[in-house]
Amino acid sequence: MRKAVSFILVVIIAIGIGFSLQEVPFGKTKSEVRKYYLEKGIEQTGATNIVTSVVVSYRGFDTLGEVTVLFIAAIGLSAVLYRKEERLKKEVRKSSLILYTGCRFLFPLIILFGAYIFIHGHLTPGGGFQGGAVIASAFLLTMLGCWRWGGINRNRFKITESLSGLIFVVVGLLGLLYGGYFLLNYLPKGMPNELFSAGIIPIIYIAIGFKVGSEITGIIDNMTRSG
Amino acid sequence: MEFIQNYLYYIASFGLILIGLYIILIKRNLIKMIIGLSIMDTGVNILLISMGYLSGGTAPIFSRENLLPSRMVDPVPQALVLTAIVIGVAIIALALSLAIVLYRHYGTLNIRKIRGLRW
Repeated sequence: MRKAVSFILVVIIAIGIGFSLQEVPFGKTKSEVRKYYLEKGIEQTGATNIVTSVVVSYRGFDTLGEVTVLFIAAIGLSAVLYRKEERLKKEVRKSSLILYTGCRFLFPLIILFGAYIFIHGHLTPGGGFQGGAVIASAFLLTMLGCWRWGGINRNRFKITESLSGLIFVVVGLLGLLYGGYFLLNYLPKGMPNELFSAGIIPIIYIAIGFKVGSEITGIIDNMTRSG
Repeated sequence: MEFIQNYLYYIASFGLILIGLYIILIKRNLIKMIIGLSIMDTGVNILLISMGYLSGGTAPIFSRENLLPSRMVDPVPQALVLTAIVIGVAIIALALSLAIVLYRHYGTLNIRKIRGLRW
C-alpha cells in the first residue's frame, strides 16, 4: 500500500516534469546576465576565472550567507552531539607501520594541494570551498590512518575559523569606507593571469578556504568522537 | 532516440531526483533515507549545471588567448552549485548527527519503531 502510493506520487511528479521540460531546451542557454559577466568580468574584477568573480565579487553577499549557513550547521551539529565527557575507554588499535608512514608522508602533500587550489582560485578551476574540502580530507586521513597524536586541538580550529570569518567581513566592510558599498574591490587589480591580481578576491577566497577547512574538520571530529 | 540524445542530462538529473524521492518515501531505515537525500542533492546539482550548458562551449575561464566570451557556458549556475555542494555536505552531516542522537535515545533506526515518525 505504502509502496503503491509512493510510486504513484513519483510517477505524477515525473509526468509533470516531462511537460515542463519542453520549454527549456538543452544546450542553448538564453540567459542575458551570462553575456554581461563574460564580457565585462575581467575588466571589472580582474579575475580570469569568471566563476570566482561571480562567487566572490558579483554575488559576494550571497557567499557570505552560504558561509554563515555552513557555520550554523557546524554549531548545530556540535550542539546536538554534545554530551559530557564520559572518558569512554575505546580500545585503540594501532595502525601498521606502512599505513602510519604513508599517512604521515601524504598529509603535508594534501595540505599543500589544498592551499594551491584556494590560492589560485581566481586563475584556475578551484577556490576556497574546494580547497577547504581537500584540507579537511587530509585531516580525515590522519584520523583514519595515524591516530597516535590523540585527536586535533579543537580550540585552535575554532580560533582559525573565527578569525577567517572575521577577515571576510572586515575586508568587505572596508569597501564601505573606501567607496560606499559592501565588498567593493578597492585594491589594485593588476594584470590578468598573474598571481597577485584581482584585488580583494584572493584574500577573501583564502579566508573562505581556511574557514571551510576548519569547519569541515570540526564536523568530522565531532562525529568521530561521538561514534 | 533523438529525444534521449538531446535531453540526456535532464533525464539523468530528474532520474536521480525521483530515485532519491522514492527512497525517502519507502525506506524505513533512517540512514537509507539520508542516502536518498544525498542522491536527490546530486540530481539537483546536475540539473542546475546542465541548465547553463551551451553546446560545444568551453569553461568560463580566460586561461589563454583567443577564447570567445560567446562560446562559454553560463558561469552563474556553476557558482551556485559550488556553494550548494558545501551546504549539501553540511546538511547531510547535520542529518546524520540527528540520526546518531535518535539511535542513542531509542536504540533503533527503524522509523516504524520510533514514536512520532510513523506514516
